[in-house]
Amino acid sequence: MKMQLKGVSGSLRELGLLAFIILLGITVQIRNPVFLSLMNINAILTNTAILSILAVGMMLVLVTRGIDLSVGAIIAFTGMVTALTVAKYPGINPVAALLLGAGVGFVIGSLTGLLVAVFDILPIIATLGMMNVVRGFTYVVSGGKWVSSYQMSTSFKALATGKILGINNLIVIAIVVYIIAAYFINQTRMGRRIFAVGSNPEAAEISGLPRKRLVFTAYAIMGALAGLAGVLWVAKFASAQGNTAIGYELQVIAACILGGVSISGGIGKLSGLLLGTLLLGILNNALPLINISPFWQQGIQGITILAAVLTNVVVKRNNERAALRRRAI
Amino acid sequence: MIADKKSVANLDTQRVFSLKEFFLQWEWVLVGLLVVVIIINSFISPYFLSFKTFLNTPMTFLDKSFIVFPMILVIILGQIDISVASTTALSAVIMAVSYNAGVPMALSMALCLLTGTVCGAINGLLLIKFKELSAVIVTLSTMIIYRGIAYIILGDQASGGFPEWFSFFGWSTVLGIPFITIIFVVSAVLFGILLHKTVLGRTIYGMGFNKTACTYSGIKVDKVIFIVFTLAGLMSAITAIFLTSRMGSTRPNVAMGYELEVITMVALGGVSTSGGIGRIGGPILAVFIIGFLSYGMGLANIQAPVVLVAIGLLLIFSVLLLKFRRKQF
Repeated sequence: MKMQLKGVSGSLRELGLLAFIILLGITVQIRNPVFLSLMNINAILTNTAILSILAVGMMLVLVTRGIDLSVGAIIAFTGMVTALTVAKYPGINPVAALLLGAGVGFVIGSLTGLLVAVFDILPIIATLGMMNVVRGFTYVVSGGKWVSSYQMSTSFKALATGKILGINNLIVIAIVVYIIAAYFINQTRMGRRIFAVGSNPEAAEISGLPRKRLVFTAYAIMGALAGLAGVLWVAKFASAQGNTAIGYELQVIAACILGGVSISGGIGKLSGLLLGTLLLGILNNALPLINISPFWQQGIQGITILAAVLTNVVVKRNNERAALRRRAI
Repeated sequence: MIADKKSVANLDTQRVFSLKEFFLQWEWVLVGLLVVVIIINSFISPYFLSFKTFLNTPMTFLDKSFIVFPMILVIILGQIDISVASTTALSAVIMAVSYNAGVPMALSMALCLLTGTVCGAINGLLLIKFKELSAVIVTLSTMIIYRGIAYIILGDQASGGFPEWFSFFGWSTVLGIPFITIIFVVSAVLFGILLHKTVLGRTIYGMGFNKTACTYSGIKVDKVIFIVFTLAGLMSAITAIFLTSRMGSTRPNVAMGYELEVITMVALGGVSTSGGIGRIGGPILAVFIIGFLSYGMGLANIQAPVVLVAIGLLLIFSVLLLKFRRKQF
């Protein structure tokens, strides 16, 4: 019964989100016809690709009732490490660079996972600490300097600008991540167990699920994806700086919440994530198109997030009330 | 499981004084840490160990300490507030803008305090009205919104040109003691009384231990949450006044990352991040430990990023250490 209800409210949410996106799209399109041009759509998708990759990792963490605030710092650090490596060995294969970034991210994510899962530190505190440490190390390894475009090889920058079958690499990589994630979440034992642990940690532990290991895995995956995103970020903007992606974790969390991932654990769908990231991507892209000052962006984003969260609660309450009423008859 | 972790020894109602327990308190570890920091600092600079330095150095770091007090209450409640730095920024921006629009300075300062209070009250109201939402998510969204509004008002401009006497708050001394230190001591005493000597204080501990039990015992849980979060807003505005006075002007990106430093101080001060445990003395010591640590690292020409790493590590290790200590009892 409860599962069914969850399903109904979930798809209702997504339909609502979709309707909102379409409405927003039409409004913007009327004010500026450039919006729905093929070029602009491509730009929106390219710009949201990195966000959507990160959202997958964040969803897994949120599902375990955690949160990861160190994402922006991991992006900066892995981006910086990769950029320095590329600057020193220009001949390095771009795929190797990607793996290097993901590997470094995985190690950092594992550390966070250790703190949260094994040492039982509250996720918000542990990741707040990691955020500082990792961000600080970004400045330390770079000596406070930037790695700029001319220091990077063309093949490395092509990671973000190149195309496969006419589709930008970033979009392709995001699609691959989503396919693997869909398989992992829906088909593998570990994926299902992460959701089980999130929706009821006590029950999961009593039924013999390795709670600690699963929570650890979620953070490690988040770290690896953040590392991957760090490399793509540096390739896309062709520059690595100490303050890269500062505060970006908020965007990622926002995308998850917009996409219907519950911060109290156990609930989250990839389809929702896609819509959530798309909405944020469109907001970022459309506001300048309809001549809204960039300084409004943060405020509008914040209000959208709050509105989405509150709507979610109201819809859920109404559902529960309706269910009670049905039972009364 | 949770109950035995939060050892009952912390309910100090019927505690018998024991010398062993007295010296086993976390505060002694902090005192030791503070002494170590001061000794290291005096090795770095021969001028450090003077009465004048001790009197004047705190001027440079006490501004954020005003947020530490309400944050102690928030964290003992088992909640968290990460919107405080944004509240500081918004209050500062409102004060500067209204002064430059012709409002008298005294009234602008009142507006600043009002803004902070309203920001905090909004957090409180959201938490009361939407109990399904965690404080993390509510204050995360308002954190984005408050700073977003600051950007909408001021863009990337700075605003200042305050009257001469306004610099009094950040720079002047009364009978040789910096004014900010006096207000700090007054706030410490007030919050100490509030936390340890009033019914409200006891209620906050109770709610941190077991909120449901408090609700059923007829305690007005909502009122307590509202008061505590409103206080957090008000104190953030007081930080805004001192910070703006010291800097002479303000920008929307002011006080960035203060929430992290404040939470670090509270956690280092021995307040358990899972609620119910902590006293006012620990965080006050932590304010000076972190303050003198950053000051000393500045003296030694150590770059700011390393300080970032140090603060992050301090946060993680203090939480870890506290965890192991509690497990022993």
